Amino acid sequence: MRLLRLIRIFWATALLAEIEYRVNFLLAALNSMASLAGALFGLSLFFRHGATLGGWSWNEALVVLGLFTALSGLSSTLLTPNLNRIVEQVKDGTLDFVLLKPVDSQFWLSLRRFSPWGIPDVLFGLGLLIYGASGASGALLNLPGALLPLIACVVILYSLWFIMATTTVWFVQIYNVTEVLRSMLDAGRFPIDAFPSGAYRFVFTFLVPVAFLTTVPARAVLGLAHGVDVVLSGAVAIALFACSRAFWRFALRFYTSASS
Amino acid sequence: MFEAIRLWALKIRVQLAAQIALVATYRAEVVLWALSGTLPIIMMGLWTKAATDAPAGITPVQMVRYFAAVLLVRQMTFVWVIWEFEQDVMQGHLSHFLLRPFSPIWHYIAGHIGERLVRLPVVLALIGLCFALYPSAAFVPSLSDLLLGFAVIAFVLLTRFVMQLASAMMCFYTDRASNIETLQFTAYMFLSGAIAPLEMFPPQVRAFAELTPYPYFVYLPARILMGEPAPVAQGFTVMTLWGLVFLGLQQIGWRRGLRHYSSYGA
Repeated sequence: MRLLRLIRIFWATALLAEIEYRVNFLLAALNSMASLAGALFGLSLFFRHGATLGGWSWNEALVVLGLFTALSGLSSTLLTPNLNRIVEQVKDGTLDFVLLKPVDSQFWLSLRRFSPWGIPDVLFGLGLLIYGASGASGALLNLPGALLPLIACVVILYSLWFIMATTTVWFVQIYNVTEVLRSMLDAGRFPIDAFPSGAYRFVFTFLVPVAFLTTVPARAVLGLAHGVDVVLSGAVAIALFACSRAFWRFALRFYTSASS
Repeated sequence: MFEAIRLWALKIRVQLAAQIALVATYRAEVVLWALSGTLPIIMMGLWTKAATDAPAGITPVQMVRYFAAVLLVRQMTFVWVIWEFEQDVMQGHLSHFLLRPFSPIWHYIAGHIGERLVRLPVVLALIGLCFALYPSAAFVPSLSDLLLGFAVIAFVLLTRFVMQLASAMMCFYTDRASNIETLQFTAYMFLSGAIAPLEMFPPQVRAFAELTPYPYFVYLPARILMGEPAPVAQGFTVMTLWGLVFLGLQQIGWRRGLRHYSSYGA
């Protein structure tokens, strides 16, 4: 409960700081709309000559794209502003102040900041998801069944980001480790079945688990998920989260602070 | 006369050498930037499979070659001047650059050229990866295609640089000018052929796209490198026209912006 109260205080102050840039919100919403239109256009190109994309119909593919859009909105609201700060704090030595606080350092670093600019993306994404799901199966019945994969995909996304951000303890100058991850995650705009079997599917299932970020939860929303997928996505989420915590503790041993 | 040329040569040499040394120091960062440009490899997988499942005029081998060329083109024409300029204006570094005996813009140009050299090995490795995924599509462009391709790439780099520099002039008036660039980047992403060859576009969309400079930034050089027919003259014309418009805007923005500039030291 103390953590929840802290989150409220964190986000209220962060919001106050960001509200100084009101025009920015308009630009962000405009950007979201433009890139959503572009993404829909890009997806539609696959359906001009074939009726399906790796066995997924247009409406089903919209669920995947909707999830992707919502997740990337979530990243720009919570992940980017917080985790990119780790780089600065390691560089300036201000990470010391965080470590001295009587709060779990991973919690502080992950949730201290909040940037409202990603909210339009989250809303558009969820809208697209609901539109696609109702067009595909007639009714949106499977949300309760999709709860576990949906939570799992958020946890997986967070853990991947945090692990990447943690590497900055060693590579101080690198601002863009997270850019590499972001570019790989772009594969999540499309269902995993749209990729050729072999190297592509292996990489996007096991190395960068993009499949669990959008394809598996989308299948669950559509009521098409196999039980194994759902259990596996939960397992991957728990494993990656545990990894991110263990890796952070490990990295801190190598952090030579500015003052000690 | 000769003295002037000698001075210019000196300025160019010093700037380039300094920028290359700077980029080489942060080479890990450059490698990561290069690695973050893997979208063409993702699109390659999707389109090759789509071309196999539902043939639509372009063979899977051509798809692989197209996206390998797109990868090279996008990496070689990457422009970031607005982000650097934004920082320099906000933190007042621009004041120091203004004291130099030439326009600060040359500083950014030298930086962009120097970075290419450090990036090239990574780009070649990524292209190697493309052809390792699809060995049957591996090819080496003919010498004439390579020369023409790189001439177009150089012109694209120049045009994109001018266009982004024009938006960068907004930095004199707002703290977050790079947001404006994001909008332009979206248009670039979806109209340039970076996500699909233009042949896959509906005809009306393609006709519209060809009036904008974007298809000539990616699709045109990629087609040339593949050895396929490409609208070269049209590309140069459209890029020149748009480039001149943005150059005009940039010149106006620079003159007015500098008068408005009031950072530390100015």
